[in-house]
Amino acid sequence: MSTNPKAPGLVSLLVTYNIYIMLAALVVISTLLSEHFLTLQNLFNLLRQLAPLALVSIGMLLVILTGGIDLSVGSIAAIGGMGVAMAMPALPFDGATALLICVFGGVLFGALLGAINGALVAGFGMASFVATLAMMTMARGLAYMLSNGQPVRFPRDLPTAQILTGFGSKGLPGIGLPWPVLAVLVVIALFVFLLRRTNWGRLTVATGSNENAVRLAGLPVWRYKFLAFTLSGALSALAGIFVTARTAVGTPVTGIGLELDAIAACVIGGALLSGGRGTVTNTMIGVLILGLIGNIMNLMSVPAYPQQIIKGVIIILAVLMQGIGARAKRRV
Amino acid sequence: MDRLDMRQIWKEFGGIAALSGAGFSARAGEVHALMGENGAGKSTLMKILAGAYSHDGGEIRIGGEPVSITNPQDAIRNGVSIIYQEFSLASDLTVAENILIETLGHGMFVNRRAMHARAAELLARMGFDDIDPGEIAGGLTIARQQVVEICKALSRDCSILVLDEPTAVLTTHETEKLFNLVRRLRDQGVCIVYISHRLDEIFSLCDRVTVLKDGATVGTWETGALDHTSLVNLMIGRELKDFFPERQITPGPVALEVDALAAGGLVSDISFTVRRGEVLGIGGLVGAGRTEVLRAIFGADPVSAGEIRIDGRPRTIRSPGDAVRAGIGLVPEDRKQQGCLLDLPILNNAMLTPVNPHLGFWGLIREARERGATEALRSRLNLKAASIDAEAGTLSGGNQQKVAIMKWLVSGCEILLLDEPTRGVDVGAKVEIYRVINELAANGAAIVMVSSEMLELIGMCDRVIVMRAGRLAGELSGEELTEEGIIELAMGRKNVH
Repeated sequence: MSTNPKAPGLVSLLVTYNIYIMLAALVVISTLLSEHFLTLQNLFNLLRQLAPLALVSIGMLLVILTGGIDLSVGSIAAIGGMGVAMAMPALPFDGATALLICVFGGVLFGALLGAINGALVAGFGMASFVATLAMMTMARGLAYMLSNGQPVRFPRDLPTAQILTGFGSKGLPGIGLPWPVLAVLVVIALFVFLLRRTNWGRLTVATGSNENAVRLAGLPVWRYKFLAFTLSGALSALAGIFVTARTAVGTPVTGIGLELDAIAACVIGGALLSGGRGTVTNTMIGVLILGLIGNIMNLMSVPAYPQQIIKGVIIILAVLMQGIGARAKRRV
Repeated sequence: MDRLDMRQIWKEFGGIAALSGAGFSARAGEVHALMGENGAGKSTLMKILAGAYSHDGGEIRIGGEPVSITNPQDAIRNGVSIIYQEFSLASDLTVAENILIETLGHGMFVNRRAMHARAAELLARMGFDDIDPGEIAGGLTIARQQVVEICKALSRDCSILVLDEPTAVLTTHETEKLFNLVRRLRDQGVCIVYISHRLDEIFSLCDRVTVLKDGATVGTWETGALDHTSLVNLMIGRELKDFFPERQITPGPVALEVDALAAGGLVSDISFTVRRGEVLGIGGLVGAGRTEVLRAIFGADPVSAGEIRIDGRPRTIRSPGDAVRAGIGLVPEDRKQQGCLLDLPILNNAMLTPVNPHLGFWGLIREARERGATEALRSRLNLKAASIDAEAGTLSGGNQQKVAIMKWLVSGCEILLLDEPTRGVDVGAKVEIYRVINELAANGAAIVMVSSEMLELIGMCDRVIVMRAGRLAGELSGEELTEEGIIELAMGRKNVH
């Protein structure tokens, strides 16, 4: 009957901050395991590698918030990354404008593919799992077709390409904060703002929370779903371009399995797959947790296959913790 | 001897006592009512009996023997079955499969013919041999789904049957059939625990009443020893005459005119008008098309014919968005599924509207204005919540209903369509909702209210139109507005006009 009066406080603390605690624990473990971990060099590298996943995860979160799922993000990323790699040398002019056109075109094409997802789901009532599964194989197929299955290389000395690879490999003069990371921070800030401070964001969450109620409140549910998929497509293409910028090559195998990492990041961050719950910042913590797990294991030279197993276990642990926490919270 | 005896049951949720020594005993072959306001502990007590919750103290005896019920299987093994308000039917399976769902797990093969025969036998035992065991459960009416639920309980030889607000979704006729069924089970020696907020039912059906208040038992009485007033007083300590607050309004100009409306195959030729300051009731049996009329006016279902005029001007309403922009708000029957965002704060619920005057450019949220407006509504509607940041799901049914209304007040809707606004809320909350309706009407709103509770229609409405089988059966007001009058129109014994 009587319980330890301190217990609810501790439990709710663990519930509220469990992913932060997990992140902190991972940082501590990493620092202890390797002297190289807590160097700016390593941290910046880690963040640079995580930038595409961060972008895709934000798009995934938008879709998950509306109660959907987007499996096509990895394939759309491949198309975005390859498209830019192919378009840069093909353009009749060079330089920053050319790059902007390429990037803009790539993102727009990603948005178009996302919009097709959105139309199938929001307009035709197709299950998002099915619609985006179809898009996943179609976009991947298109990526292979465009390149004959080969990586798309571009001349390194092309001015347009130099700006792109410079963006991918260099950073803010002085501290060296990588450009892609800076760009991701801007995108994060934008979507934190959109989700928290605009009616659109609020209604996107509401749609996932109770679609029927939102529809019966006279609001166009289809629009929030459609936009979420469209934005997810755009962000995925942008993520693919970031990959091309970092690796200086566009390949059709970019982003295989990326959708799973993005879903994992959302779920670790506490997003509900049934929709209506999840935040950008917590999803980014999820991205960091995923990245750190990989980084630790690389530092410890754990081979790639066991890494996958360990990653899966940690995802399960994270979600279990939240489940236990949520149950405890309900009792409180 | 007592079939069921719950003694001194204690239950705490995070340090707050939900039950503090509640208990009662019920005999085999009796219908025992469990009464009390929402939050009095009825549901908690029944969930403990069902094994859904554990108890922190006390004892449960069944047939005189102390039993330990720690999970739902224990409850079933001890012959306890509970029919909740929300059914647990698998809506894609057949009636027979649902009734005998527990036996489906045994053995590898399903003997469909034997199953159908057994299900048909159970249905016949209850006087519902017109339900086909092969029918898909999801296609049945709510009343029939309930019968299937009860059959499912009987299939496992239950000796204690708990019915939690079974008539909330039933029509008068269906209710009578259910009562006959309950009486039949009682005569077969089943111990029935009956939970309802409808006092009439308690008096016509139950042998004894146990009243709970604030997690403890007030006492148990023979039903014959009580009347409406004394029972209500035991539950809330308030007088019956406060049930329907006085309202004195001279109706203003006509706000909504519905002319020869038809929708969805069922509803046709519906015409009525509502004035500002007026409360118009829509009575009739469940399935008569009342909800469909409201949904069609609101644009949630397509209108196939007819005209809707607002303030004298014809308006085309193709979607709920159109309706809201025309000043019409709908508060649906099912507030959990359709009315509220249970996981989100009250504030977000209040701002769930396409006409939100507090937004800035580009849909920017101006939090201070929204909070101010929500706080104002909270005190206007007397909403009981810790704060406007509390999740709607944490509120009681009556307060959730107020939250569902909030968005239309934010949008400035002056025509409100309320579908069963007091369904499943306790007496105290009903009075609160009546007060809110009166307040809205007094401020010039035109209100259309669908209700299955006749006392409510009579007590609240200026006029009542009654529907039967998708059509208008007649209109009642003044002296004619009586229970008999509504029943006669609803059942088709008489036609006014």
